[in-house]
Amino acid sequence: MENKRRIYTKLFISTFYLSAFTFGGGYVIIPLMKKKFVDDLQWLQEDEMLNLTAIAQSSPGPVAVNAALLLGYRIAGISGALVTILGTVLPPLITLSVISLFYSAFRDNIVVNAVLKGMQAGVAAVIADVVLSLGGNVLKQKDGVSVFIMAGAFVATFFLKINVVYIILVCGCIGATKLLFQMKKNRNDGDSQ
Amino acid sequence: MILLELFWSFFQIGMFSIGGGMAAIPLIQNQVVNIHQWLTLTEFTDLITIAEMTPGPIGINSATFVGIKIAGLPGAIVATVGCIFPSCIIVSLLAWIYFKFKELTVVQGVLSGLRPTIVALIASAGLTIFMLAVWGEGGFSINAQSINFVSVLLFATALFILRKWKLNPVYVMLGSGIIGGAIYLMI
Repeated sequence: MENKRRIYTKLFISTFYLSAFTFGGGYVIIPLMKKKFVDDLQWLQEDEMLNLTAIAQSSPGPVAVNAALLLGYRIAGISGALVTILGTVLPPLITLSVISLFYSAFRDNIVVNAVLKGMQAGVAAVIADVVLSLGGNVLKQKDGVSVFIMAGAFVATFFLKINVVYIILVCGCIGATKLLFQMKKNRNDGDSQ
Repeated sequence: MILLELFWSFFQIGMFSIGGGMAAIPLIQNQVVNIHQWLTLTEFTDLITIAEMTPGPIGINSATFVGIKIAGLPGAIVATVGCIFPSCIIVSLLAWIYFKFKELTVVQGVLSGLRPTIVALIASAGLTIFMLAVWGEGGFSINAQSINFVSVLLFATALFILRKWKLNPVYVMLGSGIIGGAIYLMI
């Protein structure tokens, strides 16, 4: 019981803290979640984190909330999911409530703008760091199809601006087809022996 | 009844914004400015600016902002709950399916295709933010004058620190905000 409460507290504090510092939406919080839950706490594997991200990304609604829900559910069931949702939603709810009271002063403040501009570079570096690690792992597997999917998905989203939902659907199908072909090939190899 | 209207509007926004923040903006505009006239277009633009300047998903930021303006704190809470309600149901369902069937070969295949995709999507988002930090709103240009060298320096330093010492990313972001902010205010 005591142990469970510790997990809930840790989940709440981690998601609250991450959500409070996530400038720039879902794609920023996912690298941060990966660092916290996979690298630091080691509550799940990198592969599983990417699976959950894929689900979060292809579902409606804010990606950060979806990802938090999945993480909470994976680690501590439904109550875990409720805890992480609360942790993710509270920081923006509080921040925006305060800001909406004096928003034009905030929007035009030079100091706020300068700090936010400086932060952009830091956010870009954090994402770059995670992409280097994750991308490196994909390349290390020396699997042509995975590398092709990664390159293709990048071109599709960055240059062609294709809706993420379609990219995810197509890449999921490619992955399934590839695995089915592999199985068929293995079976044929087995038969010929 | 205004609370119910808020809930329903943001329920629809949450339901139909697939693929993250930017996809939600036209939906929010449609509900909040066009249909209900809760905000003027100028207020809406301010809202987007503020939502991008503050942490948190844009959907929740706008739900809070509009909710507070229309019906105070209860409005903010109702709109936020409306915004995450559809995704909570759908994601829970998908989570259940995932955890039940993740050992299935087809699901394994689909997931093996999705993992490199997610890496690509994160890379694309990172590059977009990097370009915004270095070239500003104008976008990529080879003209050296349009490059923000403070940003380039901050980026390189931050990345070096992250790779070399694995420092907590939150500190790196805050540090780059404070140091960058100080430099921008001085020049």
